[in-house]
Amino acid sequence: MSQDILAVAEYAGGFFRKVSFEALSEGRRMADTLGGKLVVLVLGDGVQEAAKQLAAYGADKILVADHSALKDYLTETFTQVAAEMIRKEAPAFVLMGATSQGKDLGAALSARLNAPLATDCISLRFDGQKAVITRPMYGGKILADAVIESSPGIITLRPNAFALAAVAGSGQIESWPVVLDKARTSCLGRQIESAGKIDLTEADAVISGGRGMGGSDFSVLESLASVMGGAVGASRSAVDEGWRPVSDQVGQTGKVISPNIYMACGISGAIQHFAGMQTSKVIVAINKDPEAPIFSKADYGLVGNLFEIVPMITEEVKKLKGS
Amino acid sequence: MDIIVLLKQVPSTESILQIAGDGRSVKTDDINWVISPYDEFAVEEALRIREKQGGTVTLVSVGAAKASEAIRTALAMGADKGILVNDPATASCDGLGIARILATVIRALPYDLIIAGQRAVDDENFLVGAAVAEFLDIPFVSLVIQQEIADGSIQCQRTIEGGTAMIQSPLPALFTTQRGLNEPRYASLPGVMKAKKKPIETRTLADLGMEAPAPLLRVVAMKLPEMRKAAKIIDAATPQAKAAELVRILHEEAKVI
Repeated sequence: MSQDILAVAEYAGGFFRKVSFEALSEGRRMADTLGGKLVVLVLGDGVQEAAKQLAAYGADKILVADHSALKDYLTETFTQVAAEMIRKEAPAFVLMGATSQGKDLGAALSARLNAPLATDCISLRFDGQKAVITRPMYGGKILADAVIESSPGIITLRPNAFALAAVAGSGQIESWPVVLDKARTSCLGRQIESAGKIDLTEADAVISGGRGMGGSDFSVLESLASVMGGAVGASRSAVDEGWRPVSDQVGQTGKVISPNIYMACGISGAIQHFAGMQTSKVIVAINKDPEAPIFSKADYGLVGNLFEIVPMITEEVKKLKGS
Repeated sequence: MDIIVLLKQVPSTESILQIAGDGRSVKTDDINWVISPYDEFAVEEALRIREKQGGTVTLVSVGAAKASEAIRTALAMGADKGILVNDPATASCDGLGIARILATVIRALPYDLIIAGQRAVDDENFLVGAAVAEFLDIPFVSLVIQQEIADGSIQCQRTIEGGTAMIQSPLPALFTTQRGLNEPRYASLPGVMKAKKKPIETRTLADLGMEAPAPLLRVVAMKLPEMRKAAKIIDAATPQAKAAELVRILHEEAKVI
């Protein structure tokens, strides 16, 4: 069996996702443990130049599939090209970020290659040659250890769960000749609403609002998120009220996230919400009700009016960052 | 339009879970079982398409005998019939194995469209929809929040990071649901009465001419995440002082700012 690791780097909107560098970093560590190479796949249109930066995260070889038909992600085109690359390289494991694209591609590849899929993993260790991954189930209420029984094992990594490690690799670039069957599906267009904004799942800091926001004005949270370089999230109640888009929802039926710091503002702390953010490193709760259940599950609590306190926190962070 | 909905019965999201004695599954007594929320969106969307275009809505599920309750609920919402693969051997299957079983059932059925939840809220695999589409060799679109069917093809608006993309596909196709697609209806009382007479067929793996596919990903242990103790409440004389103290702690002690 090959000892090589293959990481799929996701190029979107002119840059590689941070979780792709996390996948490379983990791939490098795994390759070192197994004594194999780290090969990176890049699929896209006009990605040849950008692909070079992947050498900085330990890639031994960078395989670039550059083709106009790979401009927008489509399950069928990406699966076809990636499956051929994986068959040729025959790695022990395939890593990618657990993004909407990565989860989609990982699942399709798993079926096409009859390969085990471990989705949204938060840690990984070896038991001999076998990889044991840890992944949340039941919306994070349970952490499961699972053994990957055959190769290639396809592993998608939860953003922010694996440490970045910049180590130079030889990063030899090879072009992959893309030959595609006629695609049945087509992408008619994309609409990016939050260009330049940090995605909720990749943000280091997430400031979320709930029913206590009382309306759709989240500007106090946006200001704090902005000075912290983070993103704004919402509880299900806030989304159900129509105050925030569905894509902002943190929880068991929304996004499950692991930022360094999570601030729950005006959120009472339903079990489903907690499931979506409990793997955060630090949780801060701000609520005017001292009896709110969120205080029993947070690291730090502040009792008070969030509309008064949050802007003060913003000012304090500004002072700190300015000094 | 013949529509198939993939359905899974799961513990309700309010459930407080405990680990079973074997250390690698959850205790299932005292759990309230429901249709996985994303599958509920799938049932609703199938019913709306049928209301516009005519046709049938067939539910396909793999599960224990009690999963027929979830099928019965979806029949009460308005679906036409259900098929339950009930075989103890499926208990050891991983998502890929379940997808193979579902695909085997579906191959024997007429269909123009298959709708599935993006994921089941128990295993959280995001796998079965994509894998069934792959096994049936039909186009696949995930995380759909809006769709329109015309002239044998479907246009789906799906979510991507930070926005949406519009994907066009010929039918038959399989798409998975995202929150925002619709607001599932409740079963009406007449719906519940009617559902009692609707057919639920059960099948074993032997009926399907297959054995349980061996799992490629095997859960060996489960644990509960480390629970936080009650929060350290930051107390100070004024809101201003509280804010300053919080930021100091986050910077100096927790080192997250």
